[in-house]
Amino acid sequence: MDAIISAKDLVFSYPGDTELALDHVSLTVGKGDLVAVLGHNGSGKSTLAKHFNAILLPQGGVCYVDGINTADEDRLLELRSRAGMVFQNPDNQIVATIVEEDVAFGLENIGVPPEEIRIRVDEALTDVGMYEYRLHAPHQLSGGQKQRVAIAGIIAMMPKLIILDEPTAMLDPRGRAEVLETVIKLNREFGVTVLLITHFMDEAAACRRVVVMDDGRILLDAPPKEVFSHVSLLKQVGLDVPQATEIIHELRRSGINLPDDIITDEECVEALSSLLASSGKGGGRA
Amino acid sequence: MLKDITIGQYFPGQSAVHRLDPRMKIILTMLYIVALFVADNFQGLLLSAVFAAAGYLISGIPLSMIRKSMKPVIPIIVFTAVLNMLFVEGREIFRLGFLKITLEGVVLAVLMVTRIICLIAGSSLLTYTTSPIALTDAIEQLLAPLKRLKMPVHELAMMMTIALRFIPTLIEETDKIMSAQKARGADMESGGIMRRAKALIPILIPLFVSSFRRADELALAMECRCYHGDEGRTRMKQLRYAPRDFMALGMLAVLLVLVLLFNRIFPSMY
Amino acid sequence: MTAIETKDLTYLYSRGTPFEKAAVDGVSVSIEEGDFVGVIGHTGSGKSTFIQHLNGLLRPTSGQVLLYGRDIWEEPKKIREVRFQVGLVFQYPEYQLFEETVERDIAFGPSNMGLSPGEIRDRVREAADFVGLSPDTMQKSPFELSGGQKRRVAIAGVLAMRPRVLILDEPTAGLDPKGRDQIFHEIAQYHGKTGSTILLVSHSMEDVAKYAKHVLVINDARKIAFGTVDEVFSHTGELVEMGLAVPQITKIFAQLRARGFELSPHVYTVEAARRELLRVLGKGGAQDA
Repeated sequence: MDAIISAKDLVFSYPGDTELALDHVSLTVGKGDLVAVLGHNGSGKSTLAKHFNAILLPQGGVCYVDGINTADEDRLLELRSRAGMVFQNPDNQIVATIVEEDVAFGLENIGVPPEEIRIRVDEALTDVGMYEYRLHAPHQLSGGQKQRVAIAGIIAMMPKLIILDEPTAMLDPRGRAEVLETVIKLNREFGVTVLLITHFMDEAAACRRVVVMDDGRILLDAPPKEVFSHVSLLKQVGLDVPQATEIIHELRRSGINLPDDIITDEECVEALSSLLASSGKGGGRA
Repeated sequence: MLKDITIGQYFPGQSAVHRLDPRMKIILTMLYIVALFVADNFQGLLLSAVFAAAGYLISGIPLSMIRKSMKPVIPIIVFTAVLNMLFVEGREIFRLGFLKITLEGVVLAVLMVTRIICLIAGSSLLTYTTSPIALTDAIEQLLAPLKRLKMPVHELAMMMTIALRFIPTLIEETDKIMSAQKARGADMESGGIMRRAKALIPILIPLFVSSFRRADELALAMECRCYHGDEGRTRMKQLRYAPRDFMALGMLAVLLVLVLLFNRIFPSMY
Repeated sequence: MTAIETKDLTYLYSRGTPFEKAAVDGVSVSIEEGDFVGVIGHTGSGKSTFIQHLNGLLRPTSGQVLLYGRDIWEEPKKIREVRFQVGLVFQYPEYQLFEETVERDIAFGPSNMGLSPGEIRDRVREAADFVGLSPDTMQKSPFELSGGQKRRVAIAGVLAMRPRVLILDEPTAGLDPKGRDQIFHEIAQYHGKTGSTILLVSHSMEDVAKYAKHVLVINDARKIAFGTVDEVFSHTGELVEMGLAVPQITKIFAQLRARGFELSPHVYTVEAARRELLRVLGKGGAQDA
């Protein structure tokens, strides 16, 4: 897999802060990957993400995104049209008073011809399932819908990388599910590389790779199964694990023999079924 | 609740007036105002009034809306009418002490009031039939030549768009903050002016703080979407004049010609 | 003793227009003093409108709200008294902070009550203690604190009124897992120490299951259920249909039961799941029959 993000030894601290927000962070992300970045507030996960579209520039180290050095000012627009970003608060990233005009905003900025904007806007709205709302005003939409409009505004620019900075933190369960589904679909069907910053474990479990940050450093970087097997470490840094993982972990601690790589409902049900069946506790019409 | 206040006075519709190009509607409105001021007799003004009424009929906006939009300017109308009646020299028809009312004064007052009514009715028709966003776009494009004089036309239009976008959000936010402070026992309904003004502080400060935060975040989001001002920017929706726009322009030209003609045929009222 | 009670509470939006719509539709519920009630429903279900009636921010179109047996609208001029007794913490309450110092912001409620400076000081300190604000934060500007700290200040601002009934609307929305657990822990402690009545609005069944004794479910402006956590949450399927998030562990147990294993239907937390599994496996001390 070619790398889309290649960051080496990034160092960053905010003005007036003595501590490093990023402490020599290196990260490589392959094209088409689906990566979750976990960490409590202040762990440096948002700071890291902001380096990938040059909102922040590294004070040490170097960061390449799709072959562009993020510090290269001459290629800033090119970089940002290839690496789109969706933010936490759906209200504060929608610019226009009509949904379709907002989706067109980025394309207008990079000078795409009107006829092509029209086509790409309609496609992007269809991809996120918001086409029928194209003439609505943003304030008539739910939080999840607004986030999907924001995502449409990014994918209309046909980026290679989408960075989502806690896109579901302010949403209700229904909105969260809508947004997660959309993000996964974009990755699967269109091969867009996704970097999903979150503190919801179920969202991380749905990704292919999980990066855990703490104190400006990368603590763990592995597939979700492996990351979530470090239950006590995750709890130490203020994170959860999926409940499926946690219950198995608890039972293992009580001396029951179970596999240690369980993160989904199905796996958990299977493991518990065979456990219960083997101890002869009823049921099990397998 | 604050939410119940409607923003702008746009009445969505599909009438011929609604479908005119917003730029043309602005031009027409300006020409109409010119006609009103050129007309110096009742015949010309009456014709203009008929013209505005026809516009309302075609657009489907109820005529009663004119009365509504007139409300705020009634004091001004009354004031000008009274001034005209009292201070225009001419044949005296009524006298009370040092106050005298002249025939010429009354005629001029009526002329003036008719003109103001037509003026308001005509310009309101523009805002009734054009969405604020279309108006913003139209103003930006009409003023485009001024860009060469380094006027920030695009920036002004962008500011107007963002303001329109955030008005509902901020209204909702104000509502929320007010409720939250009332829940802490804030008393906004009693006391004198000073006390009431002071009671606004717990609402205004959070509102300002949050508006600045929103502005910051929005600016960042816009930058991330490659916004860099007007340079090299295209628009999805191109405004294009249609035949009906020129028909409307023609009709207004006819009005202007007729008004000028009336000025020659009928005696001036001045 | 009944702390707060609603009788056929109804609230109509845009009354008398074609857009008239009930946001709360005939809700009758009676909450005992000292109870901890979880209020669940998805966004737009009417739960937020409902709770704003309990402290008199909204006046019912019809029906009544009784606080310790008295209609709160008996004397509309004294509605502020009701707001001191029924504290309401809004969603994202940090957006209401406005004072120069944390101390003065927390004191806003008690000052509005017209208490003496000494009394106000006591209450501010007590409230700050409940939410774990250290004394050195008290003189800081609330705007320089972290998100989680701001939220604590805002919650303390309501606690300082010493309300007999405390309502919290999604008090942990947007916080990370650690921040969420801390705030819930503080609320549980406050409940334990003061014995006040608490209503916790949430769309997380898991959080409600962890902390509440009773659950009120609101959907489509109506009361769907009011009962103990076990009574209400045994209708998992219906709750899912209403757009509520069912804990992963509950779903897992439902699937195990569907496979014929005899497990309790009342498992909403990992801790309960652990106990139940150990019981069934005969390792938790208690043997199954």
